[in-house]
Amino acid sequence: MTSPVESFVQQEYKYGFVTDIEADTVPRGLNEDIIRLISAKKEEPAFLLEWRLAAYRRWLDMTEPHWPNVQYPPIDYQDIIYYSAPRQAKPLGSLDEVDPELLATYEKLGISLSEQKRLSGVAVDAIFDSVSVATTFKDKLKEHGVIFCSFSEAVREHPELVRKYLGSVVPAGDNFFAALNAAVFTDGSFVYIPKGVTCPMELSTYFRINAADTGQFERTLIVADEGATVSYLEGCTAPKRDTNQLHAAVVELVALEGATIKYSTVQNWYAGDSEGVGGIYNFVTKRGKCAGARSRITWTQVETGSAITWKYPSVILQGDDSIGEFYSVAVVNNRQQADTGTKMIHVGRNTRSTIISKGISAGRGQNSYRGLVKMLPKAVGARNYTQCDSMLIGNACGAHTFPYIDVQHPSASVEHEASTSKIGEDQIFYCKQRGLDTEDAISMIVNGFCKDVFQNLPMEFAVEAQKLLGISLEGSVG
Amino acid sequence: MLEIKNLTATAGGVEILRGITLTVNAGEVHAIMGPNGSGKSTLAQVLAGHPAYEVTGGSVTYKGQDLLDMEPEERAQAGVFLAFQYPVEIPGVTNAYFLRAAYNAKRKAQGLEELDPMDFLDLLEEKLKLVEWGPEIMSRAVNAGFSGGEKKRNEILQMAVLEPSLAILDETDSGLDIDALKIVADGVNALRRPDSATIVVTHYQRLLNHIVPDQVHVLAGGRIVRSGGKELALELEERGYEWLTEAAGAVA
Ligand SMILES: Nc1ncnc2c1ncn2[C@@H]1O[C@H](COP(=O)(O)OP(=O)(O)OP(=O)(O)O)[C@@H](O)[C@H]1O
Ligand SMILES: [Mg+2]
Repeated sequence: MTSPVESFVQQEYKYGFVTDIEADTVPRGLNEDIIRLISAKKEEPAFLLEWRLAAYRRWLDMTEPHWPNVQYPPIDYQDIIYYSAPRQAKPLGSLDEVDPELLATYEKLGISLSEQKRLSGVAVDAIFDSVSVATTFKDKLKEHGVIFCSFSEAVREHPELVRKYLGSVVPAGDNFFAALNAAVFTDGSFVYIPKGVTCPMELSTYFRINAADTGQFERTLIVADEGATVSYLEGCTAPKRDTNQLHAAVVELVALEGATIKYSTVQNWYAGDSEGVGGIYNFVTKRGKCAGARSRITWTQVETGSAITWKYPSVILQGDDSIGEFYSVAVVNNRQQADTGTKMIHVGRNTRSTIISKGISAGRGQNSYRGLVKMLPKAVGARNYTQCDSMLIGNACGAHTFPYIDVQHPSASVEHEASTSKIGEDQIFYCKQRGLDTEDAISMIVNGFCKDVFQNLPMEFAVEAQKLLGISLEGSVG
Repeated sequence: MLEIKNLTATAGGVEILRGITLTVNAGEVHAIMGPNGSGKSTLAQVLAGHPAYEVTGGSVTYKGQDLLDMEPEERAQAGVFLAFQYPVEIPGVTNAYFLRAAYNAKRKAQGLEELDPMDFLDLLEEKLKLVEWGPEIMSRAVNAGFSGGEKKRNEILQMAVLEPSLAILDETDSGLDIDALKIVADGVNALRRPDSATIVVTHYQRLLNHIVPDQVHVLAGGRIVRSGGKELALELEERGYEWLTEAAGAVA
């Protein structure tokens, strides 16, 4: 008797193509000269070069962390190319000047950079390897005072804002990968929403790794000034290659008094093949600061790709009555490994946080939830609710939960619920008896399991996420 | 419609069905009764294709096709419907979504176009009337947190939407209050067509007052030990099963 949830097959990754485009790359390896070269290529102000070099010197003294529940061979940091940009003649004045090959690449990925063709209501910043190649709807956003541009452009056009907020949430020496990023980051997105403005459209960044042996080290900074509101989405893909590529990004969010930032991620980096060869190492530091009273930061993530995912989008709840939320779906199939979760650091009074984590493990995937809820001595009346559910598909995968709780004020309350379920043969049979095939049945059951998270995604992305989930698990059941 | 010949089946290596022979024609209602553990649900599950059971012998022909050769979903798409004795919960999936997915899977198999959510809602409205339910039930997750009786009623709603040719109701009456029993029975009767057939598994003769069977079969020890008309159910009500199981034992 073979159980319908036993055999696993690899589903083709459909974003695995490579774009043939001439690139401007720096030599392999990392040293101060490379950093100076990157900074010079980007024509950066002196303060930024100094900041990079300081980070690099800190990094030299740091050791790569090995506490996450993931295994991989040592990374040779001298074998990575730290900068690769599609060659273009001059800085871009408008979208019409973007290399047609690049536009075609994004079309193929389902991301149209043509403003006419875009879903109205979503502006996109497209990052290709190390640099931003296009940002749509900039003018329309400008009318509202919203700044949405590549990080490089922000450094040129709004150095005062960059200088004020860069590293204010994730300091250059925060951790090994954050320090590496600070030293070599090449581009990313920058968002500033002025006081009292509700951003008129969804903002989104699409990350694409193309070149071989390059790392992608982007940095995103989003600042919502007092009473401002913004919703931001990040999507990612990479070609199929049989070597591993490092993606070590940093995302910093700053919400001032009464501001709201909703940050959603649909991560679909190449995950490696069914034997675990190739794929992206996704080691990312994401952190938001609810700096002002009554501010709110929501992280929603759907993680289906990467060979290894290692990230903990966190919120520092500094302002009184501020709210931090983390909604996560992490799927591992084949040999994927994910160690992900969040940190909620309650500093202010009556701060509230909610954590809902759904881990799905299939194949020989290993999925770990790691979360820290910390209530500092002044966090009077702070509350946290954590719900952490794991679903197993098949017998060879694993789910692990590591909750850390540190309460330093007696009035603070922390509630934690956890569950692990195996996708039931009876559930699948029930669906099949109603006419659904096995894959539709699994997809439906898993989507139901993730509902609490998906309902926090912007509408059109929720649909995309559901499809993606179906694709990642397709063929996971024989 | 359905021809079962000398069907034997095991679960976990234990023989449960020991040679079942049964013919059900279009337009007929057959009742299957019998003591606990006699194999009634097993028969129902085997007909639906549950992977936990292994068919070791015999044949089942459904509308001229070899039923045992079909995947469970193919059987469903071909009109076989099982109302489960223990309906399964699917958290997070709304009844409306589930029903539409099931309905469209069947339409797709028939080469028909899928129904969009709006048109499907209209169809649902009609079906809800049949089980005397309001629309609230549609936004609840499939069977999640439903009472025992609600789960059974939900099975009938699904049946109403899917309009099966062969409906197998496994103790759909158990756990229903008197009013709900009537609603469910009326629903089943309303869905009867000359070209469809129904098998009802039940312990209670009272259901058969509402859904009048053409034949009643008694299953004991994995065999049909007695078949008769609807009066057999009344006789069982009075005498229990012992006289039959003893007789069967004597023969064996
Ligand atoms: N998956 C299984 N594995 C092992 N034994 C099983 C399995 N399913 C059923 N059985 C056994 O087969 C026998 C028949 O069970 P079945 O559920 O068909 O009985 P039933 O006639 O429907 O009883 P009831 O009236 O209590 O619903 C029982 O002894 C039961 O324990
Ligand atoms: Mg039974």
